[in-house]
Amino acid sequence: MTTQPSLQPQKSQQPVLQLQQLTRIHGSGATEVHALRGVNLDVFPGELVAVMGPSGSGKSTLLTIAGGLDAPTSGRVIVERTDITKADRKAMAALRRRSIGYVFQDYNLIPALTAAENIALPRELDGTSARRARSEALAALEEMSLGHLADRFPDEMSGGQQQRVAIARALVGDRRLVLADEPTGALDSETGESVLALLRSRCDAGAAGILVTHEPRFAAWADRVVFLRDGAVVDQTARSEADSLLSGQAAER
Amino acid sequence: MSIRHGLLALLEPGPRYGSQLRSAFESRTGATWPLNVGQVYTTLNRLERDGMVVQEGADEAGHALYVITEQGRSELRAWFATPVDRANPPRDELAIKLAMAVGTPGVDIRAVIQSQRHHTVKAMQDYTRLKAQALAAIEGGGSSERDDIAWLLVLEQLIFQTEAEARWLDHCEMRLIRLSAAAGPAAPAGPEAPRAAADSGSTATARTRPGDGAAEPAVPTGRRGTRGPFRR
Repeated sequence: MTTQPSLQPQKSQQPVLQLQQLTRIHGSGATEVHALRGVNLDVFPGELVAVMGPSGSGKSTLLTIAGGLDAPTSGRVIVERTDITKADRKAMAALRRRSIGYVFQDYNLIPALTAAENIALPRELDGTSARRARSEALAALEEMSLGHLADRFPDEMSGGQQQRVAIARALVGDRRLVLADEPTGALDSETGESVLALLRSRCDAGAAGILVTHEPRFAAWADRVVFLRDGAVVDQTARSEADSLLSGQAAER
Repeated sequence: MSIRHGLLALLEPGPRYGSQLRSAFESRTGATWPLNVGQVYTTLNRLERDGMVVQEGADEAGHALYVITEQGRSELRAWFATPVDRANPPRDELAIKLAMAVGTPGVDIRAVIQSQRHHTVKAMQDYTRLKAQALAAIEGGGSSERDDIAWLLVLEQLIFQTEAEARWLDHCEMRLIRLSAAAGPAAPAGPEAPRAAADSGSTATARTRPGDGAAEPAVPTGRRGTRGPFRR
């Protein structure tokens, strides 16, 4: 398992996210831990990539570094053509607001704000007028058939609804990279499925996503499943034409 | 036996020709288990012999029209009322393969596990995509909702099966790592042993850390508790 499969670009577009030779070492000397050992990964528009692996394999480290919440020990993280490892603090903060959306296991919506306000907030912080930010937020909700939740506060929504709102927030405005860390972890399996279906449909609409999960059933919604072991990519699947799996008649239905 | 009872179920609502039964069987199960016409007629012949169906006329081309009998109906009711027998589990090639890999020299069992996991997860991706299509068809109010629902149930069974397999493979890998860690490098004896056991028990990461199996020193494995800011 020493060879790392090369990641062939599957699409002609520029990747939204590129991780190049990423390493992350925590601690030093005797306590040194190699959380990532030379990971390469490109994520293209329209693509949902699932990262699977046992705990301690580096999944969450990969996601935090991809989102600029942690810095790699070496290697490059390129988001929308900008190398965020070279950006200064301010540029990094702006890039995070403008280009990267997060979805956490526990939703992380601000309790004092309604769904629409939660979605509008990052846009307002980024200088968009309050009015415009609100109309963008409403449009984002509408596009995901969540318009009826606009004026609800987080504690007036179910977990599944909050997570859908969090996905809307992650992809509001021009953002098209969504990083999801166990987004279904706090949901029952039916609700988890519907949240995954929403994430899937946002990627089908052009977003790029990374989904960290240990649940094979949720990873199966991805175009590509990357297996991490001990900080390195050991293997990955590509989506094949389902037609080859079952006979033609089934796929044409 | 499933084809036999499947055909009886399809005859329950009314008489059918053999070719109709074949296509009905496939559209209900999404062609997951394709039937050829020969199998259909062989099965119909046996059902006829056993008094479960009778022929009632034929079309111009001489194809017989089949009708379920009262005996066939009671057989069908009994089938639905009886659980599928689990007493003799079917031979499972994967379980046999892993069992053999445990004792076969020169086999990298983790590579065997990973290659299967790849295949299984990929199959799940495909089934999931078909499931998304089936759900969309049902929500879109397709023409043959009954077939779409039946097909969805079959697909979800395939997803659950592959999921169980993927989880079992994860479990096997962890189990093997844990066992090889417990056996330890040169199996520490005496006062060292309990401490090593406590270490590997106290952190989940110690067990799941892959590395080089038995060749890997057990000591640093407890140090993987460092977490990024995503953990709250």
